[in-house]
Amino acid sequence: MSGRTSTSRRPSAPVRVALFAAMAVIGLAYAVPLVFMVGVAARPASQAAAPSLSPLPAAFDATGRELAWWEPARWHHVGGFVAENVREVWVSPMADFPTYLRNTLVVGVLSVAGMTLSSAVAAYGFARLRFPGRDLMFSILLLTLMVPQAVLMSPQFLLFKNLHLIGTLAPLWVPSWFAGAFSVFLLRQFFMGIPRELDEAARIDGCGHVGIFVRIILPLSRPALAVVAIMQAVTVWNDFLGPLLFLNRDEQYTLSLGLQMYQSQHGGTPWNLVMAASCIVVVPVLVLYLLARRLFVEGVATQGTREA
Amino acid sequence: MNARVREAATGLAWVSPWLVGCVVFLLWPIAMSVHYSFTDYALVDSPVWVGLDNYRELAGDRLFAVAMANTFAYAALAVSLGTLASVGIAVLLEQRLRGASLVRSLVFVPTLVPVVANCVVWLWLLNPEYGFVNGLLAAVGLGGPNWLGERSTALPTMAAMGLWVIGSPLLVCSAALKDVPASLYEAAEIDGMGAFRRFVHVTLPMISPALFFNGLMSVIWSLQVLAPPMIMTRGGPDNATLTYSMYVYKTAFEFGRMGYASALAWVQILVTVALAAIVVAASRRFIHHRNA
Repeated sequence: MSGRTSTSRRPSAPVRVALFAAMAVIGLAYAVPLVFMVGVAARPASQAAAPSLSPLPAAFDATGRELAWWEPARWHHVGGFVAENVREVWVSPMADFPTYLRNTLVVGVLSVAGMTLSSAVAAYGFARLRFPGRDLMFSILLLTLMVPQAVLMSPQFLLFKNLHLIGTLAPLWVPSWFAGAFSVFLLRQFFMGIPRELDEAARIDGCGHVGIFVRIILPLSRPALAVVAIMQAVTVWNDFLGPLLFLNRDEQYTLSLGLQMYQSQHGGTPWNLVMAASCIVVVPVLVLYLLARRLFVEGVATQGTREA
Repeated sequence: MNARVREAATGLAWVSPWLVGCVVFLLWPIAMSVHYSFTDYALVDSPVWVGLDNYRELAGDRLFAVAMANTFAYAALAVSLGTLASVGIAVLLEQRLRGASLVRSLVFVPTLVPVVANCVVWLWLLNPEYGFVNGLLAAVGLGGPNWLGERSTALPTMAAMGLWVIGSPLLVCSAALKDVPASLYEAAEIDGMGAFRRFVHVTLPMISPALFFNGLMSVIWSLQVLAPPMIMTRGGPDNATLTYSMYVYKTAFEFGRMGYASALAWVQILVTVALAAIVVAASRRFIHHRNA
C-alpha cells in the first residue's frame, strides 16, 4: 500500500488540515439530501414544510416547553412521528404501497433470474466458443452499452404496443431474459479468467459444453454472478422510465414510480409522507450496499455513468 | 468441415439470448422508428405515410430549437461540472486522510437512490420558502433565488444537482489514480516538480483514459436527460428546462404524435453519435497510451 500512493511525500501539516476540512465539507454536503429525507420523514404533517435548518421536528412536553435533543422524550416523539408516517404511507389511499411493493418484487425476481441466467449463457458463448462473426458481435454488444434508454422510449413503446403488452408488467422483465450488454461483458471477462485446463479435465470426464458450464464455470463465477444479480436488482428497484412508459394503471405501478403519486396532490405535496415513502424505497438498497459494498463498487465501476 | 459448422452452430446457440434480444428489443424498434418517422401516427389510427413532412416541420418548430439549445447547455454544464468534481474528489480521497473511506461511501451512496426520491428531496431542499438551501443562505445573510422556479436558474440548478450522482465516474477516476506507478511521482519529485506540476504532467496524462471514458459516457447520458425535468418541473418554467428527451416524451405521449416523435428521436440519435464521434476524435490527441 505505502508504495502506491499518489504523492510520495506527505504534504505539510497545514495543508493536510485544509485538505481534511475540504473533504469533511464535501462529505457533509453529500449527506444533506439523505439526512433531510430521513428528517422530514420524521416530522408531523404540521412541521413538514417548516423552514428549519435542523432536519428533525421540534417536540414539546405537556407544559408546552420545547424538548432539547438530548432528552429521551424528544426521541420518543420523533420515533412516534416516524411510525405514524410509515403507517400512513402503507395504508394511505393516495398511493397503494403494498401493491407497488408486490409488483416491484414480481418484476425484480423475474428479471434478476432472467438477466443472470441468460447473460451467463451468452457470456459462455463469447468466452469459450469460436464461430464466425463472434468478435464483430461482441463489438456491437459493447456499442449497445452506450445506448441510453431515453433514446429508445418511443420505438420500444410501439414495439410493446404492437405486442399488446402495454399495461402489463411483461415489458419490465421479459427483455431481461435476453441478456444485457453490461452483464454479458462483465461475465465474459470473468469466464475468460477461468483456466481452460479445467474445461479440458471436465471434457475428459465426458462433459459437453452444458456440463462444463453448469459444473465448472457457474460454481467458480459466483462473485461475478452476484455482481450481475445485484446490479440488476438495483436497476429494477430504481427504474423510473420503464414503468412510466409501459404501465398505465395505478395498480400495476412499481415503488419507484409510485413515489410520484404523492407529488402534485391537491392542496400541496404531503412532504412528510413523500419522504417516508422515499425512505421505505431507499433503505433496502442501502442495507444491501452495506452488506455487499464490494459487489456494488465493482458493478458500478464496470457499468459506467448512469444518470437519471 | 462438418465439425466446424457444428461448432459455429453451437456458438450461435449459446449467444442467441443476447442476439435475439438485441435484434428484437433494440435493432428492430430502431429500424421501425425510421419507418414511423416518415408517417403521421396518432397511436389510435394506423400510421399514414407523409414522406419528409416531419423532418420539414423540424425547421420551423420553435420548441425543437429551444429543447436542443437547453440540452446542449445542460450537457456542457453537467459534463464539465461532473468531470471537475469527480477528479477533484478522487484526488482528495487518495490523500490518506482520516475518514476518507467514510466520505467515499457518503459520496457514493446517492448514486443508489432512485431518481424519483432524489428529485423529490431536492424539490424540498430547493424550495424558496422553507428549503434548506435558501435557509442556509439566509442564515449567513444571503437571499437565494427560487432555484427551480426561475427561467435563469432552473436549468443550471438541475445540472448542478447531477453532482450528487457522480459515484460511478468517481470510482473510475479513483481506480485510475491507484494505478499510477509511484515511481513516476518519485521521478517527478527528483526533477523538482511541485504538487501542481506533478498533477498536470504525471497524474493527468496517466488517468486520461479514465477521464475519456467518463467524459464520453457523461456526454452521451446528459444529452438524454429526462427524469429530473419530468419529475421536478415538467419542462418549466416557460420551457426553461424543456430538455430534448422531455420534448420527445411530450410529443409522443402527451401530444400523441408518434410519427413526429420518431423523427425527433432520430435527430437525437444522429446528434448523439456525431458528438460522441467528435469526443473520440478529439481525445486521440490527449489520451496517453501506456504501451504506445
